[in-house]
Amino acid sequence: MRPDVVLAATDVTRRFGGLTAVDRVSLELVRGAVHAVIGTNGAGKSTLVNVIAGELPASAGRIELDGVDVTHWPQPRRARAGLGRSYQRTTIFPRFTVFENCRLSAQSRHQRGWDWWSAAARCDASATQARDAMARTGLATLGDRVAGTLSHGQKRQLEIAMCLATAPQVLLLDEPLAGMGPEETERMLALLDALKPGHAILLVEHDMDAVFRIADRITVMVNGGVIASDRPDAVRANAAVQTAYLGDTLA
Amino acid sequence: MDLATFLVQCLNALQYGLLLFLVASGLTLIFGIMGVINLAHGSFYMIGAYLAYALAPWVALHLGGGFFTALLLGMMLAVAFGYALEWGFVSYLYEREHLQQVLMTYGLILVFEELRSLLAGDDVHGVKPPDWLTGSVPLGDLMTYPVYRLFMSGVCIAVALGLYVVIARTRIGMAIRAGASNREMVQSLGVNIRFLYRVVFAAGVALAVLAGMIAAPVSSVYPGMGNQVLIISFVVVVIGGIGSIRGAFLASLLVGVVDTFGKVLFPQAAGVLVYVLMAAILLWRPEGLFRQG
Amino acid sequence: MTMSPSLARRWPDLAVVALLAAFPWFGGKFEVDLATTIMILAVFALSLELLVGATGLVSFGHAAFFGVAAYATALLAPKAAAPALLVLLPAAMAAAAAFAAFVGALSLRTRGIYFIMVTLAFAQMAYYVFHDTKLGGGSDGIYLNVKPVLAVGGAVVLDLDRSLAFYYFALAALVATFAFLAVLLRSRFGRALAGIKANEQRMRAAGFSTYPYKLAAFVVAGALAGLAGFLYAVKDGFVNPEILAWHQSGAVLLMIILGGIGRLRGAVLGAFAFVLLKEFFQSEAIFGAFARHWQLLLGLAIIACVALMPDGLIGLAAQLRRTRAVAPRAS
Repeated sequence: MRPDVVLAATDVTRRFGGLTAVDRVSLELVRGAVHAVIGTNGAGKSTLVNVIAGELPASAGRIELDGVDVTHWPQPRRARAGLGRSYQRTTIFPRFTVFENCRLSAQSRHQRGWDWWSAAARCDASATQARDAMARTGLATLGDRVAGTLSHGQKRQLEIAMCLATAPQVLLLDEPLAGMGPEETERMLALLDALKPGHAILLVEHDMDAVFRIADRITVMVNGGVIASDRPDAVRANAAVQTAYLGDTLA
Repeated sequence: MDLATFLVQCLNALQYGLLLFLVASGLTLIFGIMGVINLAHGSFYMIGAYLAYALAPWVALHLGGGFFTALLLGMMLAVAFGYALEWGFVSYLYEREHLQQVLMTYGLILVFEELRSLLAGDDVHGVKPPDWLTGSVPLGDLMTYPVYRLFMSGVCIAVALGLYVVIARTRIGMAIRAGASNREMVQSLGVNIRFLYRVVFAAGVALAVLAGMIAAPVSSVYPGMGNQVLIISFVVVVIGGIGSIRGAFLASLLVGVVDTFGKVLFPQAAGVLVYVLMAAILLWRPEGLFRQG
Repeated sequence: MTMSPSLARRWPDLAVVALLAAFPWFGGKFEVDLATTIMILAVFALSLELLVGATGLVSFGHAAFFGVAAYATALLAPKAAAPALLVLLPAAMAAAAAFAAFVGALSLRTRGIYFIMVTLAFAQMAYYVFHDTKLGGGSDGIYLNVKPVLAVGGAVVLDLDRSLAFYYFALAALVATFAFLAVLLRSRFGRALAGIKANEQRMRAAGFSTYPYKLAAFVVAGALAGLAGFLYAVKDGFVNPEILAWHQSGAVLLMIILGGIGRLRGAVLGAFAFVLLKEFFQSEAIFGAFARHWQLLLGLAIIACVALMPDGLIGLAAQLRRTRAVAPRAS
């Protein structure tokens, strides 16, 4: 495996009874690059993310993180090894403040479960990491707001912030632009661009303009399988991809 | 243990398991379809037994009928009661958290127990089975087996078959199966979900009441009889998997066997064995044998 | 000199402690006995609050740990001599914690509705062990012949046979439990539990292995229920299987929902309200012969309370404020 490949998925397959939701998908995530996964609804993109993240076990295939075989690792262990993810449906903690959302996520790197007497609020390491993540996602001034009162776009930003707070090396982002207006989309794209240098990013998205602007590599999935995996301009020109989208404009 | 005794215990296990199935199937359906945990389900069993006790003389006096008339009347009352209870109480539980459902139905148990105490007193009562069902069948040279217990098993098997036919072969059964695995989907498909819920609940109540009614001659009628049945039914549902009738059937028989043979082989530990069984199954399959949805 | 902000917020709690400490001076024997019962049940309720309110694990079998400790107290105490407090109390709590570890390890493999049913079933198992076997004297129960003492050197420092000494010991236990949980819930462990309650999947995605956290909470809750069970056994010197019955598990759940889930003060308030409510319904002076059927009133009260006061008594003020804020717009 090349030295800058952080995550390698090889022939990953996931079956649900008779249905093969993910069929021998292979891809690599490189530090400093965005690898987008696109496809029609039901193509298996979210399932793929869930398998890589560890929420679903793979029926077959291998997943390697930094050269280590993590295929049978449970999700928390993968997360602690540097695999972070955000969710398509916002899964923040609505009753906590924005700061607490990030601090608690960061605490995963500073777990001292046996330390029952020190107040969590005094854990400087997790507080610093949380503030850092909030600053990078533009939420620095919203620390004391209750997360449930944020706007939709801000909640999506918090979703990313919570992921960043765990200081991951790999980011699995499941439709971060979902439900966003044009201004919020621009902000999010700028954020993703800023995040590129330190991370290897997997981006599942439906917004084609955004994908073609920001992706360094695109994998196209149809019915669980990969029909193309290449640089953006090559994917755009790919006949199979054009057929699959049947008239959807890629240009 | 000789063959005749073994056969008797097998029949006992079958009868107990089948009776449990009547109660547990209602419980698992109600939870699987409506997402409501109903602690008062055991109270319906108790109500059934008390109905058998109370209706028999009334039916004999006013309708000139016997056991089966009382049974029929009891079932009609049970369906009406279940329908009304769903409309007036249970329908408010759907959107609530599990903890609130648990406590509200627990309060309902207390209410039912005290109403029972007020209306029927606290004494233990016996119920006579119909004359043509008393007596025993010979099993081998020395043992006999009560005809009434065979009748009980027969009724339960008939009901189980009826349930299978309704659920697997009718349209309402289709809606029930769909609802057990995906409630929201069924709603969005335009099925009249309120009516479906009411029917399912009334059916669950009726099943438990029927179980109580036919069990009354064997187990007698006494305060608190619903509680034990309830908890064992929970064990059955956990083992079988929530929402699965097939699971409830298998688990009921399994529990019947373990409990009956446990009482014979390990009398000291008899009450505990069923829970040991549950613990063992949980180690292997945390979501029951046939988890739905 | 200004009080530190956290101490300032604690004044209601300190006032209650002071009130309880002074109570034996102006309460009669019956009232002091009732207050002791309330304090014991408050410890029991606080232990369940850790499970249900703080971690979101609805257990319907919590009475099992209360009962196991009570039985351990009676069974481990010598028949004729005064048992050593410093030996018997940890032993009783350890017994409860051990059973909690067993039940938790198996039950926590399940979720949601299964978890509720499974915890109920395990509690029934414990009930049957004590009810059907000779281990604890069967359905008759067993006695604790001599109450424990705390002896330093050869001198007896604290004799729990004296009702006043026992009252203050129970009060100390309540204060210690409350303080311990308050600190625990603010720690990293406690915050992790709060996250698990809010969204367990999110916590796993962030890198928390949630099972060990939940199991630890379950065992600690069991141990604290054991503390309450020990106190119960010592108070009346008699233990019978009914304390493991699911009605006990239901009662303690009711206490915390009555007081207000998610607040430590709610658990204490709920225990207080529950005992008083029960006394009220059982009072023949008010209900005459109907008091025999107090469970009917209790059942209706439970239904009304859960339906109308979802935030419990603690949240009542806030709830009333919310309804009054809405009402003017409706007219």
